Amino acid sequence: MTAPGATLAPHRGLSPRDRRRLGRGAQYVVLVAIVVALACLADWGAIKQSFLNTQVMSDGLPRLFTVALKNTVIYTASGYVVGFALGMLLALLRQSSVAPYRWISATYIEIFRGLPALVIFLMIGSLPLAFPGFQIPGGVYGQAALGLGLVSAAYMAETFRAGLQAVPKGQMEAARSLGMSHGRAMLSIVVPQAIRIVIPPLTNELVLLFKDSSLVLFLGVTAAQVELAKFGNDQSSIFANPTPILASGLTYLLITIPLGYVARRLESRQGGAR
Amino acid sequence: MSTVEIRDLRKSFGELEVLKGIDFTVEAGQVVCVIGPSGSGKSTLLRCVNLLERPTSGRVVVDGTEMTDPDVDIDAVRRRLGMVFQQFNLFSHLTVLRNVTIAQERVLRRGRAEAERIARENLERVGLGEKADAFPAQLSGGQQQRVAIARALAMNPSLMLFDEPTSALDPELVGDVLSVMRELAGDGMTMMVVTHEMGFAREVADRVVFMDQGVIVEDGPPEQVIAAPRHARTREFLSRVLHPEG
Ligand SMILES: Nc1ncnc2c1ncn2[C@@H]1O[C@H](COP(=O)(O)OP(=O)(O)OP(=O)(O)O)[C@@H](O)[C@H]1O
Ligand SMILES: [Mg+2]
Repeated sequence: MTAPGATLAPHRGLSPRDRRRLGRGAQYVVLVAIVVALACLADWGAIKQSFLNTQVMSDGLPRLFTVALKNTVIYTASGYVVGFALGMLLALLRQSSVAPYRWISATYIEIFRGLPALVIFLMIGSLPLAFPGFQIPGGVYGQAALGLGLVSAAYMAETFRAGLQAVPKGQMEAARSLGMSHGRAMLSIVVPQAIRIVIPPLTNELVLLFKDSSLVLFLGVTAAQVELAKFGNDQSSIFANPTPILASGLTYLLITIPLGYVARRLESRQGGAR
Repeated sequence: MSTVEIRDLRKSFGELEVLKGIDFTVEAGQVVCVIGPSGSGKSTLLRCVNLLERPTSGRVVVDGTEMTDPDVDIDAVRRRLGMVFQQFNLFSHLTVLRNVTIAQERVLRRGRAEAERIARENLERVGLGEKADAFPAQLSGGQQQRVAIARALAMNPSLMLFDEPTSALDPELVGDVLSVMRELAGDGMTMMVVTHEMGFAREVADRVVFMDQGVIVEDGPPEQVIAAPRHARTREFLSRVLHPEG
């Protein structure tokens, strides 16, 4: 090309490539400066004393896993089971041919997606006021399962709905043409395929619920019922030292990071297979 | 008694009238091929026979049962009708064997052992006995379609409906499916086949029905409808199908 634009003279010897390289170098310099400044400003002795205190750590260490993590897992798992069942029910009601069922489902989903989970937990404690003599079975464990289930059901319902819609119409038609009733075809053919489709987002929901289980502390739990967040908080008050909070935080990550990794793996595998 | 008897069948989707008064019968043991241009209503006609589409008006009597009677137990009639779809529609989460047993168990209430024996017999029949444990995604289109035929046959249907069973297949896989269907016809199965395979229609069909714009234009033996069509529309369609380059 001999157009006039082709004769762009290099500006004072600095090519665009050099300029980009220079810009990147400057960013590294800034980053290193910030890290060095923070390292100099921090009181390393105090950090070790406050956040990595082995004495405080050893006092809570077995119970961090045997009580707090165990309870967190129990709360999460039971809440997930409730949320899964209720979410699937809501997703099916959403497609019902009986209009009021559709409205009920849509209203539930709108309300429970719009409320902070905390508010739901605060309400669960006051449920007996509305139904005198009513007790949620299982004490705190039952209340936690209900609270976490109510919260996650709304999200799972939307996920299941997307999954149900993603199952090709031909699957239902093939099942019906073999003489299956609509309900039988849903149960044996459509729902199992929908669940397979939404396994990645359902795994993400498990991560979210695992973190939300910290809200159980608002239900008023005994020392034996304590979960990770409250355990860390209680221990750190006893010793006036935040090490346990850091420890409980790391324990959350021990579960949530691998789970998140699994969810992403499932997602990319499904993306490739479909 | 005819296996299928259709009287003045009409079907509209909203404003669009797709079937405009169809009269049509299939006798037991007959193979009827339905041909016609895209959008002429062939699939809709077939789907009205097993009520995957609900007719707007008219009568559909299958195997002595009036399908259009609101009190009829549709599921009970459908289990006597096999249907094979263009897109196979195998249950993708189930193995080949389970695809063929699930409706036997859940609908016909056959025991697991009996259902599996019948499934294996029918998979042998379509030449796929060794694929019982594969999943549909591991099979070629032609193999999937033959599994779909075995799945329908396992229910001992008195009528088989085929909606363009080879249209989604690579050309080299068409022959396997057609030869299974040819054998089926030879065994005396009553069949309604929507197809663009004129060779198959000419050779296997007892009757060929040409549809255009929601009506049956011509209905007769293949020697007539395909070899010596009476109507200009049939001739025009056939010349397009048989000589696509011309
Ligand atoms: N569920 C539906 N809703 C609205 N219109 C439909 C529906 N199913 C079919 N139609 C319309 O009805 C007409 C006939 O469709 P049909 O599938 O019966 O044609 P066909 O003869 O099978 O065509 P092809 O050879 O392309 O399969 C078409 O115009 C189609 O768009
Ligand atoms: Mg069609």
